[in-house]
Amino acid sequence: MAEEEVKLTVTIDGIPVEVAPGTTILNAARQIGGDIVPPAMCYYSTLEGSGGKCRTCLVKVSKGSEKDPRPMPKLVASCRTTVMDGMEVQNISSPEVLDARKSVVEFLLINHPLDCPVCDQAGECKLQDLSYEHGVAQTQFEFRKRTFEPIDIGDKIQLHMNRCILCYRCVYVANQLTDGREHGILGRGDHAEISTYIHKGLNNDFIGNVIDVCPVGALTDKTFRFKNRVWFTKPVDAHRDCPTCSGKVTLWYKGAEVLRVTGRKDEYGEVKEFICNTCRFETKKTADWILEEPTPVDHESVISANHYYTFNPPAVIEESKKLQEANEEQLARTERLK
Amino acid sequence: MQSLSNRKRVIEQKPMNIWERIYLPAIVKGLSITIKHFFKKIPTIKYPEQIRPYSKNFRGQHSLKRDEMGRERCTACGLCALSCPAEAITMVAAERKKGEEHLYREEKYAAVYEINMLRCIFCGLCEEACPKEAIYLDGSHVTADYLRKDFIYGKDKLVEPKFDITQLKQENK
Repeated sequence: MAEEEVKLTVTIDGIPVEVAPGTTILNAARQIGGDIVPPAMCYYSTLEGSGGKCRTCLVKVSKGSEKDPRPMPKLVASCRTTVMDGMEVQNISSPEVLDARKSVVEFLLINHPLDCPVCDQAGECKLQDLSYEHGVAQTQFEFRKRTFEPIDIGDKIQLHMNRCILCYRCVYVANQLTDGREHGILGRGDHAEISTYIHKGLNNDFIGNVIDVCPVGALTDKTFRFKNRVWFTKPVDAHRDCPTCSGKVTLWYKGAEVLRVTGRKDEYGEVKEFICNTCRFETKKTADWILEEPTPVDHESVISANHYYTFNPPAVIEESKKLQEANEEQLARTERLK
Repeated sequence: MQSLSNRKRVIEQKPMNIWERIYLPAIVKGLSITIKHFFKKIPTIKYPEQIRPYSKNFRGQHSLKRDEMGRERCTACGLCALSCPAEAITMVAAERKKGEEHLYREEKYAAVYEINMLRCIFCGLCEEACPKEAIYLDGSHVTADYLRKDFIYGKDKLVEPKFDITQLKQENK
């Protein structure tokens, strides 16, 4: 006899959903999808133990459960709070939550250098999206921002500590995916920083995934550094036979050249199948990959600017032998005049 | 077929009467209009001698600005190229090396910055998009040329000259 599955009913912004016990409010909201999903900067579904640090996913629980209908006294982090039967949650329908989120964004931006024009993450940065959607245009902070001396952590990964929001995702990646973590958070409070203890390089296999999980531009691909802006490159899904990882990646093309290889991100910007360093850094030729299709990009995203959804966009001008010959003749004539 | 707009009118055609048939009144009417224009003020001006005043927000050739210390402001963020409806702007970014701090303002700069003046429509969106106040369309007209390749303006033509206050000649001394 199969064990009967217990399902809890939880209502998020008036939409009821049935979820398994032990599900967090955030994941219950993701099962519904749409606007009511709280944003998350530190929670990462594939990393165990992540979440609870950035406070952007705060929601209001207006009814604790069927048995104890009292509301929770404070806003709770939805990535860490599990659902109870009959729970009622308010996210975007509560002005209190929206107000709190605004303050959280302001807090996250206090020490952020806001150097988006220079940053390679701009265009796919979660903090950029978050502050665009929930933030305010002004800051009350009028002191000098905290800055760190730049440190070198190897030839593959670039660290910009000033941009970090201390979400700990990269620490979990190093713990859970690689054979030994070489970096971590040093210092406390305002001085806390991501660093390797005595300046060492990050060289473990799978360590490249810290680039993908970083919600801001603190950890970026050094092989892609300043090569191009994200929105000028075209993402294409591809795979290859890789002995160490799944080999399913997104290639970022500029013309016929692969500028960057990343893992495939879902709608919440999370990589489900992590890729190894060989896939990410070593194989940057089209010949190494079997192309599938252009990555679907949200049409509101800047990355979709001027991109076609087919591999080969139809030609704008018909190719004409006669015209090409005439043009060549013309060119030869004008070349003489120079 | 019934008209969709309901504005269709059937024009009535009548034979011309005697006044219309002799044409003279129509010729006199037309000539009077022509002669009237001899005594009116001429709206055109004689261009090279006379120049019309420019609008305050006239948009001419682009210039890439420098900051107060003479460093290039552009960081090659690509927002001008993104906003450009004519796709006239291209750039290649590079990282600032040690010792180049007096040349470039931020750690990234545009090593190549090209505007195709044949494509440009002088709409000013690049100016609006620029987060670093690095590009302004404050020059004069883009001059004519003979070859297409000469219309692709690089940094040599776009970056504004360095202003050195020590070289400034003081008059009225």
